[in-house]
Amino acid sequence: MTSDSPDIAIIGGGNAALCAAITAAEAGARVLILETAPKPYRGGNSRHTRNFRCMHHGPLGPLVDSYTEEEYLADLMKVTGGKTDEGLARLAIRSSEECLPWMQDHGVRFQPSLSGTLSLARTNAFFLGGGKSLVNAYYRTAERLGVQVEYEAAVTHLDLDDDRVTRIDYTQNGKSHSIAPKSVVVASGGFQADTDWLARAWGPAAKNFLIRGTPYNRGVVLADLLDQGIEQVGDPTQCHAVAIDGRAPKFDGGIVTRLDCVPFSIVVNKDAQRFYDEGEDVWPKRYAIWGRLVAAQPDQVGYVIIDAKSLELFMPSVFPPIKADTLEELADKMGLPADALVQTVAEFNNSCGDTSQFHPTELDGVSTTGLNPPKTNWARPITEPPFYGYSLRTGVTFTYLGLKVDGRAQCAIGNRPVRNLWAAGETMAGSILGQGYLAGFGMTIGTVFGRIAGKEAAAHANAT
Amino acid sequence: MQMQPDLLQEARRQAEICNACRYCEGYCSVFPALHAERAFADGDLTQLANLCHNCRGCYYACQYTAPHEFDLNLPQALANIRQDSWEELAFPRAAGKAFQKNGALIALVTVLGFALLFWAARALASVGGEGFYAVLSHNAMVAIFLPAFLFPLVSIGVSLRRYWRHVGAGPLRPGQVLAALRSAAQMKNLKGGHGDGCNFEDEDRCTHARRAVHQAVMYGFLLCFAATSVATVMHYVFGMPAPYGLFSVPKLLGIAGGLLLTVGCVEMIRLKLRADRHLGAVRAFGGELAFIGLLGFVAFSGLALYALGQTPAMPILLVLHLGAVLAFFLLTPFTKMAHGFYRLAALTVDAQRKG
Ligand SMILES: Cc1cc2nc3c(=O)[nH]c(=O)nc-3n(C[C@H](O)[C@H](O)[C@H](O)COP(=O)(O)OP(=O)(O)OC[C@H]3O[C@@H](n4cnc5c(N)ncnc54)[C@H](O)[C@@H]3O)c2cc1C
Ligand code: SF4
Ligand code: SF4
Repeated sequence: MTSDSPDIAIIGGGNAALCAAITAAEAGARVLILETAPKPYRGGNSRHTRNFRCMHHGPLGPLVDSYTEEEYLADLMKVTGGKTDEGLARLAIRSSEECLPWMQDHGVRFQPSLSGTLSLARTNAFFLGGGKSLVNAYYRTAERLGVQVEYEAAVTHLDLDDDRVTRIDYTQNGKSHSIAPKSVVVASGGFQADTDWLARAWGPAAKNFLIRGTPYNRGVVLADLLDQGIEQVGDPTQCHAVAIDGRAPKFDGGIVTRLDCVPFSIVVNKDAQRFYDEGEDVWPKRYAIWGRLVAAQPDQVGYVIIDAKSLELFMPSVFPPIKADTLEELADKMGLPADALVQTVAEFNNSCGDTSQFHPTELDGVSTTGLNPPKTNWARPITEPPFYGYSLRTGVTFTYLGLKVDGRAQCAIGNRPVRNLWAAGETMAGSILGQGYLAGFGMTIGTVFGRIAGKEAAAHANAT
Repeated sequence: MQMQPDLLQEARRQAEICNACRYCEGYCSVFPALHAERAFADGDLTQLANLCHNCRGCYYACQYTAPHEFDLNLPQALANIRQDSWEELAFPRAAGKAFQKNGALIALVTVLGFALLFWAARALASVGGEGFYAVLSHNAMVAIFLPAFLFPLVSIGVSLRRYWRHVGAGPLRPGQVLAALRSAAQMKNLKGGHGDGCNFEDEDRCTHARRAVHQAVMYGFLLCFAATSVATVMHYVFGMPAPYGLFSVPKLLGIAGGLLLTVGCVEMIRLKLRADRHLGAVRAFGGELAFIGLLGFVAFSGLALYALGQTPAMPILLVLHLGAVLAFFLLTPFTKMAHGFYRLAALTVDAQRKG
């Protein structure tokens, strides 16, 4: 045990951790951040984000008009199908408004809604430079406040004595360390980067999933705490997953691997068979469903086929499409059975009707007839060479299983609070969101509960 | 025009990643221009490169920089294209290729400038001239400096025409030039999209140091240029040859400009030495430093000449100063000095495209 233990140890180095650290340091506590990633990869999934969702009465920073508590809550209830802790959700929503100026005061800079995301200009405030610049700004601020940051410091175990954390064990550069801080904040994200755990929860198919964010969120601390009886929340078998470019790296591919072309395409499996209505709704409302659809196909892979007339209807993505002058050649290049693909496309084309009402950004009702499964919007025959193809895989964003907290971000054991343990961010998001996801809410949860956790942890440390 | 295909390919690869990401949209005018395209021709990349002023904001913000396999370093990729375009568009091209990245050659030309002036001072020493003109007659000065002044203008004119054609710009309108001049005068982009400045000295920390230093250099240079122009007008139009008194317009402009320029150049070199070279055109680093050194020396020797013009050191100072000025003029199209012209052109094209 070291004698120079800090007042507060914060486990993790992403948005939630940094908000907690800054708040606690401003309250006068000596704060230590333990971040398992090396410095270039600090900041977990937060380094991949682009915006946070913010309630506001009237224009605020980059946000236009207003976005009320009731509307925000209604949006949330819609995506979670009501599986939401309303009390904590309202707390997060209501606090989000004061977060924006707080973020600015601590170095975060905003920009107008990005091109291609105008629909979010009212609800989501975009970080200038994205999440990594937010993380950088917070590290600068934290260090100026005297927060000590240790990189490549992997927390392995928290020792509990009844309702109190007495010790934190971590390893750094192959050496083991133990500290005994007065307060502990867990902000170490979900477990999605541990694909063995994912496979146990979801089934062996999960081995083929790609992880959209950091490889460092392996749920080590989460598992350690749950094993010791800390209260859990959220469906342990579920994760948030979307369909992304199948050529994306296994980890950390981030935003650029998204593919927005599905509504203008047909999607087939490796047998060149269609399996779902590609035109059911606009893409932002469907990309999460497609993560699951692709996960249910053989080898967890799908293939998107479009023709020349659709190529420029969607945002460009990071890898160029596979291109061929004939469908046979495309099938060949993509490793699909050529005859089957030609037949699937022919059937689809034959069931397309009048396409004069085609409108790329609205539900246009241009649909197939007599096809199973149907395509209910944007159904235009695939006829115009060159033909283009992308592969699709399941990309996991985060997991739902987490630590259950109360309105003070405090963890519990049995029915009692753990006296010196708080949690913030992804690792407790299941306390609010039971399923589904609302764009920008992850950063809201992290900022709001990070600040609450920092404040409570500092109050506890200052009182002992 | 033969720009280096590997540099173009690397910039294209990175531009395509940025186009799928867009997180940096608010930093500068590069990103809105980039996001307006789907595919990037060589001319498009050259235009983007000349819109970039290497503030580095997008590097430190990027989640895909090394060790990530996407290996983003947009400031470097664009700096390389920019550098390559200045070399390729130069007239004559061989001079661009020789000097842009070669500090030693720049120094050599400067020394040759000194030598030429020494020789001229000896061979063409004037009989009966006063002050500076006792060292070198007014006519000899004009004979040397008029061509040295006109040549760069012609050369840059040719280069800008080449630029215009290469990036596929349309017919020029005065409003577009005005918009570009306005933006350059304030160095609006150097503030960064957030107004916090560049990331030059200490990783992701933003400061206004580079903007301040660049303003000093630019306005210092313009003041010195104005001093010379006013003196020329006084000489030819009003028949009032040099030397001028301390409170004359040319002297006041010249002293203020010289001080700004000297301090600006010294600070610029210090900033560049502190900044991470790998976020710029690494190959051209020596050439850039040598050029700033030369510019600083022009200013400093000019000030020394003001201060010691009445002492026995004057003839040698005059020769050194004029030699440096000569080298500076002749090298303008082939050194970092050219960037101002290309940047104005790029801003004009950008204003044109925004409509
Ligand atoms: C590609 C992508 C884009 C996204 N875009 C958005 C968006 O625009 N808006 C939004 O609101 N949400 C977005 N999200 C979700 C968002 O990233 C998360 O909700 C949010 O970042 C969670 O913050 P956090 O601080 O809880 O976790 P993280 O930022 O993931 O931080 C967890 C930290 O814990 C560290 N850690 C893990 N284990 C240990 C250990 N054992 N010891 C020490 N440290 C450890 C990690 O290294 C990391 O630093 C996105 C997610 C992804 C993957
Ligand atoms: S530099 Fe990086 S963060 Fe910025 S737009 Fe390009 S890929 Fe995105
Ligand atoms: S370095 Fe600065 S000016 Fe250049 S592209 Fe990046 S943000 Fe824009």
